[in-house]
Amino acid sequence: MALSWLLLILLALAVIGYFIGRSRALASAGGDARDLHSLPSYYGYNVALSALVPALGLLIVWLLAQPMIVNSTVSGMIPDGVIAEGTDRGLVLSEVRRVADGLDGAVALGAITEAQANNAEADIEALTQQLKDAGQVLTQDITKPILVAAQMYRSMTATGTVVMRILVLLVALIGAAVSYVRTNKDFRARNFVEQGVLALLLLAASIAILTTVGIVLSMFFETLNFFQLHDWKDFFFGSTWAPNFRGGSELSILPLLWGTLYISVIALLVAVPIGLFAAIYLSEYASGAVRSIAKPLLEILAGIPTIVYGLFALLTVGPALVSLFGDGGVLGVGWMASSNAVLTAGLVMGIMLIPFVSSLSDDIINAVPQSMRDGSLGLGATHSETVRQVVLPAALPGIVGAVLLAASRAIGETMIVVMAAGAIAKFSGNPFEAMTTITTRIVSQLTGDTDFASAETLVAFALGLTLFVITLGLNIFALYIVRKYREQYE
Amino acid sequence: MNDMSRVEKTVDSKAIKIAANNVQVYYGDTHAIKDVNVEIEDKTVTAFIGPSGCGKSTFLRCLNRMNDTIDTCRVTGDILLDGEDIYDKRVDPVQLRAKVGMVFQKPNPFPKSIYDNVAYGPRIHGLAKNKAELHEIVEKSLRRGAIWDEVKDRLDAPGTGLSGGQQQRLCIARAVATEPEVLLMDEPCSALDPIATAQVEELIDELRSRYSVVIVTHSMQQAARVSQKTAFFHLGNLVEFGETGQIFTNPEDPRTESYITGRIG
Repeated sequence: MALSWLLLILLALAVIGYFIGRSRALASAGGDARDLHSLPSYYGYNVALSALVPALGLLIVWLLAQPMIVNSTVSGMIPDGVIAEGTDRGLVLSEVRRVADGLDGAVALGAITEAQANNAEADIEALTQQLKDAGQVLTQDITKPILVAAQMYRSMTATGTVVMRILVLLVALIGAAVSYVRTNKDFRARNFVEQGVLALLLLAASIAILTTVGIVLSMFFETLNFFQLHDWKDFFFGSTWAPNFRGGSELSILPLLWGTLYISVIALLVAVPIGLFAAIYLSEYASGAVRSIAKPLLEILAGIPTIVYGLFALLTVGPALVSLFGDGGVLGVGWMASSNAVLTAGLVMGIMLIPFVSSLSDDIINAVPQSMRDGSLGLGATHSETVRQVVLPAALPGIVGAVLLAASRAIGETMIVVMAAGAIAKFSGNPFEAMTTITTRIVSQLTGDTDFASAETLVAFALGLTLFVITLGLNIFALYIVRKYREQYE
Repeated sequence: MNDMSRVEKTVDSKAIKIAANNVQVYYGDTHAIKDVNVEIEDKTVTAFIGPSGCGKSTFLRCLNRMNDTIDTCRVTGDILLDGEDIYDKRVDPVQLRAKVGMVFQKPNPFPKSIYDNVAYGPRIHGLAKNKAELHEIVEKSLRRGAIWDEVKDRLDAPGTGLSGGQQQRLCIARAVATEPEVLLMDEPCSALDPIATAQVEELIDELRSRYSVVIVTHSMQQAARVSQKTAFFHLGNLVEFGETGQIFTNPEDPRTESYITGRIG
């Protein structure tokens, strides 16, 4: 009986519960639904939810807890002598799990019998051969303690699963029975179901928030590990980024931060004027027909995956810029050596941010009350004077918020800079040179063969956390500005 | 003979500021204003009354071409300001609106300082040669808006921070600052409490000495208090137009009588 069967049975119980609850409620009111406190379906939902929710809750908790308990028990069974030089308990434990899975698979295929699998005195070589014949993956030869541990693992898991199924079904039945007994025409099933819905909403909200907290905490602890291996002063105040996997690296965030901010500023210089002007045109001047076509088209830009922008930068914008500014280019200035440059990444990122700025600004400009425009027009101002002197100042806080949100997006952008900005960490004011950003370095420090105990790898977490703090700060500041001025007209 | 007496009569009363002949207004297919003829005198308060949706605000907005901002709106007929057709192609609606100022139903100060609110019109139209002159205009306008004493110490404070009645008087001062010849007021007191209403009404009465004021109102008492002439609109028609006293005491049209006695509307 697989897990899906258990779930199906629970669902069936819930459906049955719905109908018997509904009919019991109706029966208690003598068949007249108007005598019931709630609509008949609420009584049904009540029974169904009472059967389903506690049982599912138990199931989830059990599924989370059982592997932990089994692992710790089995782990205690492994004698220290078995753990070879250069490995640790965790590796041996995963070997145990692999053997246990292998035994499961072999039994399922009928290659060995259940008794053979559970035989602690079994001939290990023969068993290994049988497992291999049955197509099970074993990375090394089974040893006696591992086999015993694996057998223990199997039996505990099997027992646990059986107990879990029985308990879950029991809880479901009890839940259904209790709510069924409580069902009569005065029972406030409607309020009860509302409470259930409320709990569901609360659960969803807390999962989202707890995940955020979890992400921050995991980054935080890895960052602490990093600072034990590496001097924090070098990280925050050093001037060189030179990771060296043989040790002795200089890992300073400043050159990376410089690259990040430089590219972001160029991106904003592109995105803010274009996005803002587009928003002004769309919200103030465009006719309904133009708007209904142009706005979705502009917003399609926002839906393009950033990797596609990266390709655009690599294949189109970069070479085009080189042919303008490069050696033998149209301008004949020879400033740009390679298509990987701050300017390339900044331009393309700016294009990516246009719909972001324009869409937010458009909403904000539309939110400026028509009475403001009427007031200005009524004083004999032209349309553009009205936009410039009344609508834009009124919308300014919101526009600033939009720009800050776009900025935090630019700072956190990865794919475009990975593909178009280059990989050289340096302080330079030349936009035609390649530079690198925090996000690119995180990618490069974590990809490939990595050792999670070295400062060169762990620095990625410190970089990530710093980036997170910067963008979080920007977002909070943006929200603060938007909120502070939003209610000005109400 | 007959003609002579008519001329004498016009000379006798005040000059005609705005004359509307056969004005029709359409919103798309809806015929909102039907065949309105009205003559608005200078230095007089003219009230437009009528039930909601009767077209009085629409007609008011024709007088400074604010309806141009609505795409589907179409106006035919003649509206003459000092004998010139304001719908003529040569007339720039932007300049017209400087001459025919407007105060709206809800106070709508710009999110700027009190000073900048009033200085907005003069700055746009270049009415002041220098800062001192601008300051003079602002002070004069605020005085005419009967709000100078309340705000003279905080001209840099945002206009949106004033109370509703103060905001509306600020908007009147703002409209006055561009030196208009006519002031159009679209239910200027409907968002105000009785005390603020009384202040604004008093102000309207003072404004009469300089401007021709046209006010749309839902309150018949207000029309009776502030206006000298009253026009009653019903279902897009101008039903009756005459001296306020006469409209309220001795209306000619049965519909007017029904409305002012509360039987329709």
